[in-house]
Amino acid sequence: MLIFTLRRLSLFVFTLLLLTLLSFSLSFLFPGDQVTNISGQLNASPEHLEMVAAQYGKHESIFIQYWRYLTHLFQGDFGISMASQLPISEEVLNHLPATIELSSVALLIAMLVGIPIGFIAAIHHRKVTDNIILSFAMIGYSIPIFWLGLLAILIFSIQLGWLPSAGQISLVYEIEQRTGFQFFDILLSDSPYKWQAFQNASAHILLPACVVALAPATIFIRLARTAMLNVLETHYIKAAMAKGLNYRQIIFRHGIRNSLVGVIRDVGLQFANLVTLAMVTEVIFSWPGIGSWLIESIYQRDYTAIQGGLLALSSFIFIVHILTDFIYASLNPLAREVHHGSR
Amino acid sequence: MTKFTSYINVLLITVMVSSMLIGCDSGSETSLSENSIIYCSEGSPETFNPQLITSGVTVDATSKQLYNQLITFNAIDNAVSPSLAKSWHVTRDNKRITFYLRKGVNFHHTQYFSPTRELNADDVLFSFNRILDTKHAFHQVSGGKYPFFQSVGFSNLIDSIEKINDYTVRFNLKRADSSFLANLATDFSVILSKEYAEQLIKSNQPELIDNYPIGTGPFKLKEYRTGSFIRFVPHEQYWDEKTTLSQLLFDITPSNTGRLTKMLAGECDIIAYPIAQEKIRQVKNLSLDQVTAFNIGYLGFNTTRFPFNNKLVRKAVAHAINKQAILDTVYFGDAEGESAKTIIPPSSWAYDNSIKEIEYSVAKARELLEQAGVEKGFTIDLWAMPVQRAYNPDAVTMAKLIQADLNQIGIKVNIISYKWQEFLRRLALGEHHAVLLGWSADHPDPDNFFTPLLSCSSAITGTNRTFWCNKAFDQIIQQALITTDIQERKTLYRQALNILYQELPLFPIAHSKRFQARTNKIKGKLLNSFGGIDFNGVTKN
Repeated sequence: MLIFTLRRLSLFVFTLLLLTLLSFSLSFLFPGDQVTNISGQLNASPEHLEMVAAQYGKHESIFIQYWRYLTHLFQGDFGISMASQLPISEEVLNHLPATIELSSVALLIAMLVGIPIGFIAAIHHRKVTDNIILSFAMIGYSIPIFWLGLLAILIFSIQLGWLPSAGQISLVYEIEQRTGFQFFDILLSDSPYKWQAFQNASAHILLPACVVALAPATIFIRLARTAMLNVLETHYIKAAMAKGLNYRQIIFRHGIRNSLVGVIRDVGLQFANLVTLAMVTEVIFSWPGIGSWLIESIYQRDYTAIQGGLLALSSFIFIVHILTDFIYASLNPLAREVHHGSR
Repeated sequence: MTKFTSYINVLLITVMVSSMLIGCDSGSETSLSENSIIYCSEGSPETFNPQLITSGVTVDATSKQLYNQLITFNAIDNAVSPSLAKSWHVTRDNKRITFYLRKGVNFHHTQYFSPTRELNADDVLFSFNRILDTKHAFHQVSGGKYPFFQSVGFSNLIDSIEKINDYTVRFNLKRADSSFLANLATDFSVILSKEYAEQLIKSNQPELIDNYPIGTGPFKLKEYRTGSFIRFVPHEQYWDEKTTLSQLLFDITPSNTGRLTKMLAGECDIIAYPIAQEKIRQVKNLSLDQVTAFNIGYLGFNTTRFPFNNKLVRKAVAHAINKQAILDTVYFGDAEGESAKTIIPPSSWAYDNSIKEIEYSVAKARELLEQAGVEKGFTIDLWAMPVQRAYNPDAVTMAKLIQADLNQIGIKVNIISYKWQEFLRRLALGEHHAVLLGWSADHPDPDNFFTPLLSCSSAITGTNRTFWCNKAFDQIIQQALITTDIQERKTLYRQALNILYQELPLFPIAHSKRFQARTNKIKGKLLNSFGGIDFNGVTKN
């Protein structure tokens, strides 16, 4: 387990270095002055700008410049946003929790819906149910998410009027920002309308979360189906059958637990996909997360925000990957023997 | 079996709980949202002090919500009526105006400021001296630009402002100007707190005065997140009738479709500038408000050049233009504009009901052209403004319609358009024969239409693009400025409108309308024909 941990950590460090190298070179590739791009100082006086240039080692070799950039990053200084003139780190911390919230709820929905349906398909292998589920999964996977989002708003918000179409919570509720996570903030707040606010926030998250969840859910259906089919082929299942256990006992005692191990690992891999989907969905549902912030930054040519946002978002996804790897390894001792950080 | 059922149970419970959460929503949510209004606005305010700007977004968010003026326009005929000043007195020569302030007016009590005294003359002096006195400690804070006051020449008009006693203030003017009162009643002439300013000087943060506003208005600022929302709460010690709302929220939604979606999904109570108005009319629980704004879109004739130096030709052109077709095409029927009979809109007190529409008649136009004796088949340059304005949403289309109309009476039209700056510069040189242009009034005093658009002096300074200079007309509008007797002014303006009808230096086309959609739960008047929206007196349910 120690070697496994070390391998993962070294992979983490090197990937991060590559990411910072990319983000560092972006400041040269973007139009405009490199120091302005990297620091976001738009309205600074020439003296101040000169000071910033010296801090970033502008007059020294490129390696020293990169090193200075890294030191700034390690101090949590991503520069300031060109659009809002707020520190990027602050902006990221303001927006990331909303995305995490949306993605987690979506992941939960995708797992709760996708995995059981996949098992059902495997149990009814090559029967009508299996075919229906598979074709549903195929359609669900192929629908473009922006279209699905608009469709969902049109049906559930405008036609039926069941669910709200925009934002995290109705503005009527005044929730003080403490953790940045809306649901925790609501539970921590001392507003007399706490419970109402909680319901309102749940209603707001439901539609975007379902939209984000659809594509991953279909992937989970297929993964769970394959995993279950593989398990059902194994010798210990056959042995159990020979011992006279009935089918239901086989599925619940042996099938589900063993096929879940295979699915868990892919949950982590799906997370990157999920965050990408969430970014598009955020724009459609005016969700104040990092995706809509990043896309807005692209519109406004806010180069510092693009660099810092990309870096923060990709490191976040990477951390999640490593975490699921650890969970998987602790669940499945066989995986610890896999070397080189790949599968 | 047992595991399977327990799994199903867990699923069932999850579904039930989540459906309960949503199910309850519509029932119990009302208790807080019942008294809160969510207004979906079209943009973020640049500042919270309307003295500094002229943009409609900022005026809507600040003027009538956070502040009061000394005097205000009443909603019925836009005449000047008391507000923070309970009465005022104007000397016979119109040069000295004394305001008697209302007692017991409180400033906002907020997290960042606790007032210790009521409004008095010092606050009025502070508010206006900040604009007038370039050496004032707060003049340069936030840039030192006061565009509205600069455009009406405030500093050239006011000689001094005196404090007579704590509740009496006198304005001494350099010359008589009866539109002065109207200027004081606009959304821009708000009263700030001097005590708050002094506190900010002490804490060395004077720049906060315009971002963390303190006023006397019916609402106070609770929270503002740029580009996202503004939260107002009622001012408990408001001097006039207090609002029944518990919160007022501006949900900043710049996208037109975004606002429409939120309205249809029930997330906004009121939306600004709605699109798809037909759709809104069809929805049962929504209604559409409209008000004709104080502006005018017109066809101006260059009266110094052939052929429009002849008033018969001007009249012929006016008769030949199918105004209804223009309204239908450019203003979408009466959806965005109201046909203009003269330069001032019907809601102005100076409006004269007896003025008739110039009828659309090609025969009459031909007859007039013949009377004028100009040779047939001449060509004119019609200039169409290149930008969109409320009073003229699409000048080029309008020009094309006019081109077709005038072709029928044998006048050829070249449509000309430059970039906006270039357009204005060349217009000022008088290179055009006719031009499609417009005017938005700064305040509802009728003079704001007459003097800038058609006086001899503005023909020189540049806002009168017809270069029309009629001595009799000029005398009348100047006389109307000297007197303050409203009946006398009405008679004078009636004469002036009559001269315009006879001479026709410009052909009025439309006054545009401002729209807003709301759910039927919202009661009360929000839109005024002039200035920003006003939430005081608006109720829910």
